[in-house]
Amino acid sequence: MNTAVEIENVTKRYGDVVALSSVSLAIEDNEFFTLLGPSGCGKTTLLRSIAGFEQLSQGDIKLFGDSIVDLPPNKRPVNTVFQHYALFPHLTVADNVGFGLQRQRLPSHEIASRVADILEMVQLGSYADRLPSMLSGGQQQRVALARALAPRPRLLLLDEPLSALDLKLRQDVRVELQQIQHDTGITFIFVTHDQEEALTMSDRIAVMSEGVLQQVGTPRQIYEAPDNRFVADFIGDTNLIDVQVTQVLDQCATCVLPGGASIACNNMAGASVGAGHLSVRPERVTLGPVDGSALQGEVSRLTYLGTDIHVTVALSDGGKMDVRVQNSDSAAIPQPGSTIGLYLDIAAARLLVD
Amino acid sequence: MAQIGSSARSSVKGGTFAGLGPLLMLPSWVVIGFFLVLPVILMLVYSFLTKEFRGGVIWEFSVNAYDQFFFNRGLFGDEAPTIEWTYINIFWRSIWQAGLATVLCLFIGFPTAWFIATRSGHSKSMWLFLITIPYWVNLLIRTISLKFLIRDTGPMNTWLMSWGIIDQPIHIINSNLAVQLGLFYSYLPFMVLPIYASVERYDFSLSEAAADLYSTRMETLRQIIIPVVKPGIIAGCILVFVPSLGAFLAPDLLGGSKTFMIGSLIEEQFKGNAGNWPFGAAVSMILLSLVLIALMFYARSQSSARKATRAAD
Repeated sequence: MNTAVEIENVTKRYGDVVALSSVSLAIEDNEFFTLLGPSGCGKTTLLRSIAGFEQLSQGDIKLFGDSIVDLPPNKRPVNTVFQHYALFPHLTVADNVGFGLQRQRLPSHEIASRVADILEMVQLGSYADRLPSMLSGGQQQRVALARALAPRPRLLLLDEPLSALDLKLRQDVRVELQQIQHDTGITFIFVTHDQEEALTMSDRIAVMSEGVLQQVGTPRQIYEAPDNRFVADFIGDTNLIDVQVTQVLDQCATCVLPGGASIACNNMAGASVGAGHLSVRPERVTLGPVDGSALQGEVSRLTYLGTDIHVTVALSDGGKMDVRVQNSDSAAIPQPGSTIGLYLDIAAARLLVD
Repeated sequence: MAQIGSSARSSVKGGTFAGLGPLLMLPSWVVIGFFLVLPVILMLVYSFLTKEFRGGVIWEFSVNAYDQFFFNRGLFGDEAPTIEWTYINIFWRSIWQAGLATVLCLFIGFPTAWFIATRSGHSKSMWLFLITIPYWVNLLIRTISLKFLIRDTGPMNTWLMSWGIIDQPIHIINSNLAVQLGLFYSYLPFMVLPIYASVERYDFSLSEAAADLYSTRMETLRQIIIPVVKPGIIAGCILVFVPSLGAFLAPDLLGGSKTFMIGSLIEEQFKGNAGNWPFGAAVSMILLSLVLIALMFYARSQSSARKATRAAD
């Protein structure tokens, strides 16, 4: 596989504020790559730097081997789907979609046929002569996508394109976007703050926080093997248990839990003797008898979620644990107020230093 | 959702001011009727009356005023009629001057409006405030000040000569240029403010989208920015062109006999004993008709453009 985008040591400062701090990334060709993080983490700044709307303070961005940082946005073979679509209000759907092709000075019959093809692809063939204001939000979103895809860029940037859609539509568009990415073979860089969106759509995810790259990996790596507490906490729900690491031997750490029980953990992001944190997903904890359990506590709350029951357990040392119990086995659902034992799936628990 | 929201809002409004709607309009109708409709009807009537030699009218139907505008029948009115060019030329010159002033205001006003609209909150209101300051001073006084500034012995010429940039005064006063300067200066804010309002609402991500789709700055300006802020540009042009066309202070004070414009022609007919009220009224009605026809053409082009996009559904 070729590298589509190389981001090398990119730093962006606004006065004293550091929006991006030495970010280095390589994005493969034909990849659905997601930049994920809370608002203000720098993901949009990074996307806008690739598009050319931001000047870097330092570093280099290469597109298929060539540096593009000195090119203005209109000279970069990159197209963007904007968060609020930025459709040209005075142009019809067809003229919006054909805008980039016209600027590329393609012959008009080719523009017409490419616009028709791409509108067919996004199922807006019969809307070609409408103005954007006559379309629903979902249709506008598809016009924005079609407009950015029409010039056949090698790299498509998507700035939270689903955030303005309602939930049901968002789920449909996710599938559509993945399909389009697969069919066109264009590299997608997708910016979102929605971790579910990132997990379901991406080939790889880069998690960012405060201008710093926290972890890059497949959705499964990010979810099951987070590098640090921020990633573990931001992606999905997790229980972070403070533990004491007493011994590290052959990639196996001995951890002492708050209740005094000792467990061996071999899933870790680099551990040393001392204080550590054990991240255990709520669905990886099971409830059982107190005797022989690693942790014990009192059931303080049950939350009904439909497919699951969310059980909050208050631990005897003052901490709390969240447990997800499938709604299929009613016998396993405890009563609030009862004392219960917690069993950790040690293979799925991850030891984190920070 | 939107429908529920809007119907809820209107029912609140209905609950509070139920049945008051037409009554609330009454003051405006009285003002418009008394100060706009009535005077225009009066003018229309006067333009078809016979002139009284020392001003005023004789209540006798006559089309002489219009005849005098368009036709020359010799000194005693007994020759075969030929086209009278005097007044048509004055109209033509006025249209030309007003058009030039509009273009000038547009070229200066658009960047100014753009500059103000792209400032941050506080400095934006300061610039807007500065734009409106001249309106605290009466137009007559401002025009006389301008005359003082640009006359042959005024500060502009004196300074330029004392700095050795010119060795004799630039003669501006009583020329078309002076009138042009006066019109431009008087009506510039009328261009700036509506364009400012349009640019303020302009979504700058549209410019980014255009650049992203390979537009140069000039292409973005031509293809995206100007079409999107066009309503403001057109409003500004109308607000400058229409009053410039009928302006009389600037041509009167800054111009000479060769720069005579419609406004001065009308004013002359109602001033002193030499006036001709029916003729003044007729010139006013012709000017009004011209403006209305122009606006009607504009409105029709707009509505047919809308219809075209609607028909495309």
